[in-house]
Amino acid sequence: MSLLEIKNLHATVGDREILKGIDLTIDAGEVHAIMGPNGSGKSTLAQVLAGRDIYRVTEGEIVYDGQNLLDLSPEDRARAGIFLAFQYPVEIPGVSNMYFLKAALNTVRKARGLEELDAMDFLALVKEKLKIMDVDQNLLNRPVNTGFSGGEKKRNEIFQMAVLEPKLAVLDETDSGLDIDALRIVAAGVNALRDPRRSMIVVTHYQRLLNYIVPDFVHVLSEGRIVKSGGKELALVLEEKGYAGLGIEDAEEEVARV
Amino acid sequence: MTAVSEQIGNWLELFTAQPPAEAWRKQLRDGAFERFCALGFPTTRDEEWRFTSVAPIARTRWSEAPEAIAGSERAADAVAPWTTGGIRLVFVNGRLTGPVPALPQGLEAGLLTERSELNLIVPKTAFVALNTAFLGEVAWVKAARGAVVETPIHLVYITTADAYVAPRVLIQAGADAHLTVVESFVGTGAYFTNAVTEIAAGQGAVVDHYKVQCESLDAYHIAALGARLGQSANFRTHSISLGGKLVRNDIGAVLSEGTEATLNGLYIVNGSQHVDNHTTIDHAKPHGTSHELYKGILDGESGAVFNGKIIVRQDAQKTDSKQTNKNLVLSDNSVVNTKPELQIWADDVRCTHGATIGQLDAEALFYLQSRGIGRKEARSLLTYAFAEDIVDRIKVESLRDSLEKVLFEKFHEHADQ
Ligand SMILES: Nc1ncnc2c1ncn2[C@@H]1O[C@H](COP(=O)(O)OP(=O)(O)OP(=O)(O)O)[C@@H](O)[C@H]1O
Ligand SMILES: [Mg+2]
Repeated sequence: MSLLEIKNLHATVGDREILKGIDLTIDAGEVHAIMGPNGSGKSTLAQVLAGRDIYRVTEGEIVYDGQNLLDLSPEDRARAGIFLAFQYPVEIPGVSNMYFLKAALNTVRKARGLEELDAMDFLALVKEKLKIMDVDQNLLNRPVNTGFSGGEKKRNEIFQMAVLEPKLAVLDETDSGLDIDALRIVAAGVNALRDPRRSMIVVTHYQRLLNYIVPDFVHVLSEGRIVKSGGKELALVLEEKGYAGLGIEDAEEEVARV
Repeated sequence: MTAVSEQIGNWLELFTAQPPAEAWRKQLRDGAFERFCALGFPTTRDEEWRFTSVAPIARTRWSEAPEAIAGSERAADAVAPWTTGGIRLVFVNGRLTGPVPALPQGLEAGLLTERSELNLIVPKTAFVALNTAFLGEVAWVKAARGAVVETPIHLVYITTADAYVAPRVLIQAGADAHLTVVESFVGTGAYFTNAVTEIAAGQGAVVDHYKVQCESLDAYHIAALGARLGQSANFRTHSISLGGKLVRNDIGAVLSEGTEATLNGLYIVNGSQHVDNHTTIDHAKPHGTSHELYKGILDGESGAVFNGKIIVRQDAQKTDSKQTNKNLVLSDNSVVNTKPELQIWADDVRCTHGATIGQLDAEALFYLQSRGIGRKEARSLLTYAFAEDIVDRIKVESLRDSLEKVLFEKFHEHADQ
């Protein structure tokens, strides 16, 4: 059975339709890359999977791990093993990263029938994950994402994923804004989490990331639809020929050329 | 007219029923009662009281509070954020209970036995006059010149009867003295606290003042704080307002040359609570600095008023003043009125002010939820985070800790609705 099955998904914001019929099936352990021009709906799809309520699903369905995902609240999705690494992680002044992560981990553990971790065990776990992600421990004592650099925010997302150990991770442009060293660290962190029981959706603009995180499938999203799917070599074609090579208009580039 | 004279009539009865007092006290009482009769209670036609009606107070026939009831001190322990290890003076129904604890060198505390600077610092409004007219036991704290008093002095006011109480405090810090005073208000029932605190800080003195208002939800709490601050003095006051049905705080600080004043406030209201903070920072001399940060959290059908007056006199060049008021509104039915009032007569000054009224950040809420944190829990976390920077500024550790606990529980309550 597939872990995730998206069928004919339509989603709107206000009265504007952004996702116009997405079909996507992901089996356990698979990594799917989603590429596509700016504004094509990649983040919208990611946010809809996580349950952001500003997007209204008007048609279609999403079956995750045998359940109707659209019936679940965002927190219940997280407890069921969905994790979204945000394109723009949110700064939350006044909430300490450490407190936040411990609360998150313990609710997720509870939902999985595991015992809650006390402060000591939590710290031990965190220290181990910090090492993998090469995150400075000081970040933990600061408020969530507040004043973090772009790279620190992205690393913090993957660090959270390492702590929460999701079944389905959706990484929304986790590579944007990273220099090559930071990219390697993040990619290594992600690869360390690859597991036959863990699936990933990796949203990116760049083939570069896919050199490190090698996907099983690549999909191209354009104007709210998946217009092409293929193996990892599709990313290379895109890199070489651009979206235009696939007959897809990149709205942003179009504007840039004028 | 009849209504007014009827109100005054009730108060006259109470006033004349007071036990006799020493000459200085009697003189203050008499003058003040006369003034109260001339002023009467303010109405919403008064600019300063536009958004806060004290009609329910004026309408009620108040009585004097009875003697302390044994055990009430312990009962109050359960509901108020306390300091530990400090020097504590506990007033039950307006009267000091227990002996004055041992005091460190350079500190005097207890009950005022002479007029001293009493009633010279705070503006003589109707409520201040009504307090002075019923001048009873006056809490008094004095740090001698140069004395560095590290232990906080905690004045606790407990009210246990549906009555009128008029707490009065005089705090004096001599030149270069360091002093920390905490005032707490708690109680049970439908009473009326009309409190007045006067603070005189000498040249170079450092005074930290905290007020934690946790009155009963049926109580009225009207309070005035006047601070007269010497040259290069550093004064910080933190007003935490959690309880009360109808609450008004009038805070006034007059700065001298090079004085630094910090006025912080946090008000958290729910149900039909109403809280009104009026502050006046008077920069009378050059090189003064003032920082003001007031934050409010409103739920239910509550209301809040913030009015921040900043006066910069002609003399007060190089004044640096910053005022911020932020409100977090958790329900559609709460009302906030916030108004900066800047009167600037000097030209070489820096004054900034800003006010916001907002809701919980939907993106932050979703971010927390997307990590598995339940919506209620996420709401209470964010609400708590909003208050966090005010709580963080509390330097008395035991007070900060117990307040954190109280707030945490409170926000869980809020989040449940
Ligand atoms: N909350 C919103 N309100 C209004 N429009 C929105 C909202 N969210 C997304 N959109 C619009 O939906 C379209 C798709 O946006 P989305 O963020 O999903 O694109 P994307 O593929 O992630 O782009 P990028 O590569 O720039 O991150 C865009 O035109 C965007 O402006
Ligand atoms: Mg995007």
